[in-house]
Order: sequence, then structure tokens, then C-alpha cells
Amino acid sequence: MAPVTGPKSGDALFASVDRVNAELFTLTYGAMVRQLMTDLEEVEEVNKQLDQMGYNIGTRLVDEFLAKSNVSRCVDFKETADVIAKLGFKMFLGVTATVTNWDAEGTSCSFVLEDNPLVDFVELPDTCQGLQYCNVLSGVIRGALEMVSMKTEVTWVRDMLRGDDAYEMRVKLIKQVPEEYPYKDDD
Amino acid sequence: MIGVGKAKQYANVLDKPLSRGRQEVSLSAFAFLFSELVQYNQTQVDNIAELERRLEDAGYAVGARVLELLCHREKGNRRETRLLNILSFIHSTVWKVLFGKVADSLEKGTEHEDEYMISEKELLVNRFISVPKDMGAFNCGAFVAGIGVLENAGFPAVVTAHFVPIEGQQRPRTTILIKFAEEREARFG
Repeated sequence: MAPVTGPKSGDALFASVDRVNAELFTLTYGAMVRQLMTDLEEVEEVNKQLDQMGYNIGTRLVDEFLAKSNVSRCVDFKETADVIAKLGFKMFLGVTATVTNWDAEGTSCSFVLEDNPLVDFVELPDTCQGLQYCNVLSGVIRGALEMVSMKTEVTWVRDMLRGDDAYEMRVKLIKQVPEEYPYKDDD
Repeated sequence: MIGVGKAKQYANVLDKPLSRGRQEVSLSAFAFLFSELVQYNQTQVDNIAELERRLEDAGYAVGARVLELLCHREKGNRRETRLLNILSFIHSTVWKVLFGKVADSLEKGTEHEDEYMISEKELLVNRFISVPKDMGAFNCGAFVAGIGVLENAGFPAVVTAHFVPIEGQQRPRTTILIKFAEEREARFG
């Protein structure tokens, strides 16, 4: 077991995990979205399903992230956001996000992605205009944060597939769930 | 290294320059995604054959695109027309791009002229998956078997994935059995 050190840098983290070709990932995701479109027919339903899948992934992914990144408890939501943007995105997708547009209370911010490995080779046809193609990502963030006691709401603000100039996800902290210990505190 | 500079806007996806394909994501990202794909499809079916068929469909969609992409990028827009060449293209180029390594082996079936096998000791999609006993012969390799390169290259074939136990090893290897459609037999030899 390696001695416990500070958090690794995003690049070191990405270099230390096993990797696969991004195209396999992208095309597999595309195949999945296409299956959902065929099965569910309604774009709204597909958005919901993608978000749910992302949530399932997020709840499991956070374990691996914490185990491998040496990140300790974040003091506030600001730090959490930075860790996600610099380490989380890097470790799993090989990209970094920028955190911007903080509100005055420090409870909501935006992740801006200029590169998004999910959308290579993708063009939204006219029939899918309401589709939030990357909804899986917002689900992942919501799921992962819920596992560290933060209830959040994640929505897409900008989407390059719809002609915007970047991908922007708005993350809003709804409440910090107090940690419940499975044991009594008085012993 | 990706993420350098500002991504440009293209009106049409076809105007975008083709990436060199060196980008990577973490294996876990793929494994998580694939696991969701399998779990979702499990909710849509009531038997194993149907589940395998749906995974094959997903793989097929991937394969069609991979063939187009690789022919363009690696082979200067030329496509193989000979059977052995396309098989070795799959075994080496396609496998290397998708899974980062050449497939362990490519063999010709001994009993039937029209059968070929690609074997892999530890197939990427099977790495994190253990099939429960009650699901019998189910194999997530169906996704890989479905990767529709052959069909789209003009070689219709039935491709299936099987587990083959190896002596002294805990995990079986995966063999992808390729059985070509009869009409193509004229091209053998």
C-alpha cells in the first residue's frame, strides 16, 4: 500500500488508470442512445433514461474516484466543484472542465467543457431536437455528489450539438445532507 | 493530449477534420457505460437469446461506423475485397484500434471450410463481468461479435461469441465464431 499523500494531479491520475480508445466509448454510447430512441420513442423519455443511467454510474463511480485520487473531504461546495472539474473529468474522460459563473452564495456554478468525448461523430437530426444527448454526464455528477451527501440539480445550459459554442452544465447545490452515522455517537 | 485550445464550430459534422483517433478515456468509464447498456437491455427482454441479440445490435451499429472510419483513416479509403485480408484487417487493425491490442489468435475452422475463429483470452467487455449461473451460456462478447464490420464490408456472416474453458485457468477465453453465408463460398480458396 502506497503511503498516503496529497491528491494527485489530474494528469497523473489519468496516466495511472487503465485506458481505452475514446472512439469505442463514443460509438458505444451512440449505439446506446440509438437503442433508447428506438425503444422509448419520446425524446423526453430518452432524456430521463439517460439521466437515470448516469445516476447509476455516478453512485458507483464515486467510489473508484475516491479510492484512486487521494482526495480528502472537501471543505465547501467550491472545492468540490474544482475537484470534479480538474480531477474527476480528467480521470474518467481525459478532459478538464472549467468552473465559472458562481452565484453570490456559492451554491451554484457552471462546468464548461470545450471538448466532450461523448459527441464525436454526432449530429442531431431534426427529429431529435429536444434530445439532451449528454444527459448521462449530468446524471453522473448528480449521482456521485449524492453519495458524498450533496443533493444537487444539474441542468444543461449550452450544448454544442444545438449550435452553442461550448458545453455548459449548471450545477446547483440544493442541500447538504447531514451525515448519518450507523452507530450511536455516545459510546 | 486533448483539450488544447478552443474547439471550433462546424456547421456540419462532415466538415470536421477526422481525428487521428489517439484520444483515450478511462477503462472504467467504458466499463460503467457498458454495464448500463447491458442492464438496460436486460430490462427490455425476457430471455437470454433476445438479450444477446440486442447487444449484437448495439455492436453492429458500432461496427458499421468503425469500418467506415478505419477504411478512411488507415487504408486510404480502400476496402478489402478478399476474405483473408478482411479477416486479418479485423484481427489486427480493428482489434488494435478498439481494444488496444491485436487479437490473440485467428484460426480457420477444421471441420467447416466457411468457419473462422478469433480468440481472445480476456475480452475487454468480459473483464468485469461474471455471468450468473442461471443465465447459462450468455456472453457479453455478443456485443463484440455484433460489431458489424464483415457484413458492411460485403461479407455476410453469422458471428457468435462463445466461452471456451482453458485447462488450468479460472476464466474461460472468448472465441468469436465467424460462419460465412453460403453465397460467399465462391470466394474461398
